[in-house]
Amino acid sequence: MSNLEIRDLHVSVETELGTKQILKGVDLSIGEGETHAIMGPNGSGKSTLAYAIAGHPKYTVESGSVKLDGEEVLTMTVDERARAGLFLAMQYPVEIPGVSVSNFLRTAKTAIDGAAPPIRGWIKDLDSSMSQLRMDKSFRERNVNEGFSGGEKKRNEILQLELLKPKFAVLDETDSGLDVDALKIVSEGVNRAKANTGLGILLITHYNRILKYIQPDFVHVFVAGKVVEQGGPELAVRLENEGYDRFLSNAVVGS
Amino acid sequence: MPVQSRAERFTSTSVDDFEKVTGFEIEWKLTPITRITALIEGELDGSAPALTFSETPGVTAAWVDRTDARIGSAGAPEERASANAWSSFDKALAIDVTGEEPQEFVVTREATDSAPRAGHTVITAAPFSRGLVILRNSGDAQLTENVEIVVGDQAALTVVTVQEWNDESNHLASHFARVGRDARLRHVVVSLGGGVVRVNPSIHLVETGADASAFGLYFADSGQHLEQRVYIDHVAAQTKSRVKYKGALQGATARSVWVGDVLIGPHATGTDSYEENRNLVLSEGPRADSIPNLEIETGDIMGAGHASSTGRFDDEQLFYLQSRGIPEDEARRLVVRGFLAEIVAQIGSDDLETHLSAAIEAELSEAQGH
Repeated sequence: MSNLEIRDLHVSVETELGTKQILKGVDLSIGEGETHAIMGPNGSGKSTLAYAIAGHPKYTVESGSVKLDGEEVLTMTVDERARAGLFLAMQYPVEIPGVSVSNFLRTAKTAIDGAAPPIRGWIKDLDSSMSQLRMDKSFRERNVNEGFSGGEKKRNEILQLELLKPKFAVLDETDSGLDVDALKIVSEGVNRAKANTGLGILLITHYNRILKYIQPDFVHVFVAGKVVEQGGPELAVRLENEGYDRFLSNAVVGS
Repeated sequence: MPVQSRAERFTSTSVDDFEKVTGFEIEWKLTPITRITALIEGELDGSAPALTFSETPGVTAAWVDRTDARIGSAGAPEERASANAWSSFDKALAIDVTGEEPQEFVVTREATDSAPRAGHTVITAAPFSRGLVILRNSGDAQLTENVEIVVGDQAALTVVTVQEWNDESNHLASHFARVGRDARLRHVVVSLGGGVVRVNPSIHLVETGADASAFGLYFADSGQHLEQRVYIDHVAAQTKSRVKYKGALQGATARSVWVGDVLIGPHATGTDSYEENRNLVLSEGPRADSIPNLEIETGDIMGAGHASSTGRFDDEQLFYLQSRGIPEDEARRLVVRGFLAEIVAQIGSDDLETHLSAAIEAELSEAQGH
């Protein structure tokens, strides 16, 4: 059984005003096939957690560990983490001019698997995933994320999730900016990936809305750089009704 | 010194009309002139060089005398190296595009002669004709040349000049184009190899509805100086121009210069122009100059704009690619390849596009020491 263990993770970022502590001791354990929702107010450090796990150079890990099946992830390069089985679905995926979706996906798949995918099976998988995500075939020839709408970018993220078959995925506010139809399509994609590969999911969100489509096993409330409360799906409903106010009274919220 | 309009710049076909170059002139101040003194000031061999060209229906090519009526029909030198070539050539290569079915015509210069040379080429596209003329340069050369391009009414011509010279070669080229009524010129400069390579296209949109697209791609390594000065002269009304040059620089002494002058003259109402230069700096040390200039002499235009940027890799692009398992060096290659592919795709010749993609790949591998 795969697992992802985050222990006492402290992360800072350099700002114009000096070093700023964002994560202040995060502990999380995610097992194979489990879905953990991380919910919290803006500025609580949810996205920092996502990017620190993926290895974004902007963030400095001060202490703590992130282990994937017992292997320390924090000493790996960004691409090594991906090849080890981590995936980050980004909130704002960047455009890569001149690089087609099809070329990009094949290059990534080859890098992850260590060998080029057999061409016929690959095209079949690509067509099938794209069609389930309601992505027109013409997307294959478009440049990565260039001119994509918000919803198209998110679908493209989930397309990669389905094709690259990671062990654990961090979904960073994948629901933001999606209308209800797109939200359903994207959620179905995530659920398919989970059903097919036993994907473990860390789902970062501000709202309860996506949790109607992607059922969490655990909900963690994230405030001021750490987990302050944990529970089952019922906790998300309570947050929806009550908001985050009761967690904020004693906490200093980041800007 | 007062700012001089591009339109007022002195021109002459005689080298003696130009002062000795000091390096302080606006045309030369960004160029390492000591490396090309022989081409600017020296005696030049003006005989017809060994070129090969493809047999193509609808296109004829022949060596003609200096007195040929086509010579001088598209422009005249603005600086001494160009005038030196004009004063020195004995024979000009005249390429006539007459076919209305689009054809690809390739002139190949695989030079092995390092004596300083002068060259002259006149490309004439007859009214209504369609064609793609490719000038491919490789080998060892010291060359200063002029290329005249006349695009007849309603013709559509693409001219591509490719520089893949050896490191020691130096090449100065001035291209002069006149684009006729409702005619289209696509002009592409690709400079990958050579020591000092300077290609300066001046495109005059002289009749109503004339349309020009000027594209460029360069990849400068250490020791290379790749320069291009693009001049778009909107003379007539309802003319349109697009300029897009993209360059990559790698290595401590890699150097590039792009100057984009656009002049919208007093009669050029309803014109639409945009020019853009993007440079991607792949290592510590290179220098890229990027200077757009826009002169507008009429109030009634559709649009006129420019953009210029010179930057390192976008860290977010690299992070995105790496987060999908792609190793850093491969991610960098993917980004550069993608950056330059936009220009390659404008050429319109499958063979040449395939060749250039491979050549860029080789530059990238070399850059990374593989």
